[in-house]
Amino acid sequence: MSVKFQVNGKAVTANAEPDTPLLWVIRDELGLTGTKYGCGAAHCGACTVHVNGNAVRSCQTNLANVAGKKVSTIESFPRNNTHPLQVAWIKHDVPQCGYCQSGQLMSAAALLDGNKNPSDSDIDAAMKGNICRCGTYPRIKAAIKDAASMMRKA
Amino acid sequence: MTTSRRDFLKTSALASGGLLMGFALPSAVQAAGMVHTPNAWVHIADNNTITLISARSEMGQGVYTSMPMLIAEELNVDIKNIKVAIAPPNAKLYGNPLLGGPQLTGGSTSVRDGWEKLRVGGAQVREMLISAAASKWNVDRSTIKAENGMLIGPKGKKATYGAMAADASKLPVPEKVALKDPKDFRIVGKRTKRLDTPAKTNGTAVFGIDVKLPGMVYAALEQCPVIGGKVRSVDSTRAKTMPGVIDVVQIPDGVAVVADSWWRANVARKTLVISWDEGAGATVNTKAMLEGTRAAAKTGKPLPLKAVGDADAVIAASQKVIRAEYVSQNLSHSPLEPMNFTADYNNGKVRLIGGTQWQDAAQTTIAAAVGAKPEDVSLETTFLGGGFGRRIDIDFIVQAALISKAVNKPVKLVWSREDDMTHDFYRPMAVNTMAAALGADGKPTAMTFRLTSQSVTGRVFGLPAEVQDPLMTEAAVALYDIPATKHDVVKHDAGMRVGYWRSVSHALNAFANESFIDELAKTAGKDPLAYRMSMLGNQPRIANVLKLATDKAGYGKPLPAGHAHGIAIMEGYDTYMAQVAEVSVEGGGVKVHRVTVAADLGRMVNPDTVEAQIQSSVVFGLGPAVMQEITIDKGRVQQTNFKDFPLVRMNESPPVDIILVESTEKPGGIGEPAVALVAPAIANAVATLTGKRVRKLPITGDAISQA
Repeated sequence: MSVKFQVNGKAVTANAEPDTPLLWVIRDELGLTGTKYGCGAAHCGACTVHVNGNAVRSCQTNLANVAGKKVSTIESFPRNNTHPLQVAWIKHDVPQCGYCQSGQLMSAAALLDGNKNPSDSDIDAAMKGNICRCGTYPRIKAAIKDAASMMRKA
Repeated sequence: MTTSRRDFLKTSALASGGLLMGFALPSAVQAAGMVHTPNAWVHIADNNTITLISARSEMGQGVYTSMPMLIAEELNVDIKNIKVAIAPPNAKLYGNPLLGGPQLTGGSTSVRDGWEKLRVGGAQVREMLISAAASKWNVDRSTIKAENGMLIGPKGKKATYGAMAADASKLPVPEKVALKDPKDFRIVGKRTKRLDTPAKTNGTAVFGIDVKLPGMVYAALEQCPVIGGKVRSVDSTRAKTMPGVIDVVQIPDGVAVVADSWWRANVARKTLVISWDEGAGATVNTKAMLEGTRAAAKTGKPLPLKAVGDADAVIAASQKVIRAEYVSQNLSHSPLEPMNFTADYNNGKVRLIGGTQWQDAAQTTIAAAVGAKPEDVSLETTFLGGGFGRRIDIDFIVQAALISKAVNKPVKLVWSREDDMTHDFYRPMAVNTMAAALGADGKPTAMTFRLTSQSVTGRVFGLPAEVQDPLMTEAAVALYDIPATKHDVVKHDAGMRVGYWRSVSHALNAFANESFIDELAKTAGKDPLAYRMSMLGNQPRIANVLKLATDKAGYGKPLPAGHAHGIAIMEGYDTYMAQVAEVSVEGGGVKVHRVTVAADLGRMVNPDTVEAQIQSSVVFGLGPAVMQEITIDKGRVQQTNFKDFPLVRMNESPPVDIILVESTEKPGGIGEPAVALVAPAIANAVATLTGKRVRKLPITGDAISQA
């Protein structure tokens, strides 16, 4: 049995078992490795992607549940880093080891989709599901505010 | 630098399969035609593509930028226009003398080790390029300048470095080269954007877990729940019928299921029926470990560290003696990228790709494990999704290589988070036993210090039990002026598999020293800041950072109701540091509102990275201070994922104010020291706030109410 859905605007067909977590379909079957495995239990947020525009943990989303849906991964961001979040991430030199940053960016993007002027507590609430073991939180917070400001002016 | 160029060229032949032609170099370099290698640190292609080598692994600490900055400073190239590659295994060329020679990333040594040798490496190549141009143009060397990737000679003569690289590479490497006066630095010491950030903001950065080779299969490994246990028997009948399963193979550490996807391998793995010989580890439990460590603190053989005067006699004769015991808990490293590696065993040769902190050990150990020659084992180092000391150990690389050999295919072994948390090399448990006598002025007249803990160096490097472990004595001797002191260490094997954990014994010893000095101050009725300062008259660098941090934090000024400041200081990794934590106790737990850090680490390479490392370390140190503990029962680690070994989240992470001292002292390390000061600063703030002294980590709400 195969499952059809969209990834980053392209139609794809996946052949993994329907109960396979979307994370492993994206990484191993579709070859999009920007989305990371951190805990497999929705504790860390490294696997965050968007399904129909909502940030979800792809390690807890079965392939069957995305049939016909639109999935966006970090690879949907411009490769040349021109999205306001990427611009801000580079300006603040956010990443350290970088492993969690795809998930951080996907959660931040979902936040800014609905709120172009997030407060500190809005950011905490939207981002507390994304662990950064390197502790880049002060820079993530600053970068999100900067990106929001850029998006308000755009 | 004693690098022999011939040795390097020999290794280049090996490296041509990996470093020079493999994915470790960006594809632009591969397409650039001939690549020339004047010395171990610089590769220049005909088209002037310049690749600088980092002999240290990038695990977040910024060496992918700071190492090339040091080379580029003397080579006179724009740091934005170079490529970076991580060195292949070659301890002779890329070893770390600050750690005794291994090609190992750790101990906050990268900048300290590279400070001179990388600038020399850049200057050598600069001089070789100038010599090549002088010869080609038939002009005197002194008339040629090397600037920004160009050689500029008299009468408008110009050439790129690339145009001269072939000739330069044939010249002898100059033994003596002139280095810039630091006041002339154009790169080193300047805030510089990290070279790895763009790849880490668009998903293209390659970590070990992202590696894919043609024909590669995936492995999930069932290891004994008791570390060190062995397979007695296995029934893999069902696993072999599961979708995608290619093979089930037994290796010394367990049973691996190999499949066409990792998920399928891991699903099938859960159907294995294994009988284990759990071995001696099956009796280990946290309660007994603590009892055993405490007993060893009293009866074990102390290895002397430092003695001034007769501290024991002064304490025995004193009317006012304070004694305290501090306990640090076991911890896991928990980098966010679980352990994984890709290995391709093919006819006696092995290709290894992934994230490691110790390249040459990986090469030689895997060679021995699979029966290959070391020179037939290549290793390409990807980005590390965190290291923190965990990736010094190479257990998972050995496993990947053995599985690949068993199935005769390229294999990517990936551990689950549960595998990672339950099969770590844990931060050792520690008991610090302290005593002091106070004089009439409240200051200590004598102090004794004993650390009792497990020696990681014994396990990793085979250091004999009777020899002092230099990684246990870190930050043991604090900088206070005390007339009589005695410091020693008792090594005690508590039975846990232990490893180097970010800041290593600095965290154990600073927690004890800085908690204890605070207790002495409070007992003497003195302000903890003034009390410390009164004993730091001969220590201007630490006194300076203590003043800077406390001034910035507003120490002594009114705080919001229910808040208190706590202080901690330390010299570690040649860095002088003070921290002030502003803390409240809310809902039964500690809340940290702000941490202020002042650091004097001598000369800095990239001050922005220095700040990032301090921010990082504060967050990293907050976990063990207030929420993390690994416990073990019947030999089984009880925590399996972030639900029970929580990592600090954004909403728990305090603002961090940082003051960096401009200094011309030699560079100090900055990847770790701030980790060690978070727990004592918080413990001291909690004691000021509540009157309760928590002497065992973590400082949870329960620990405070029971103190």
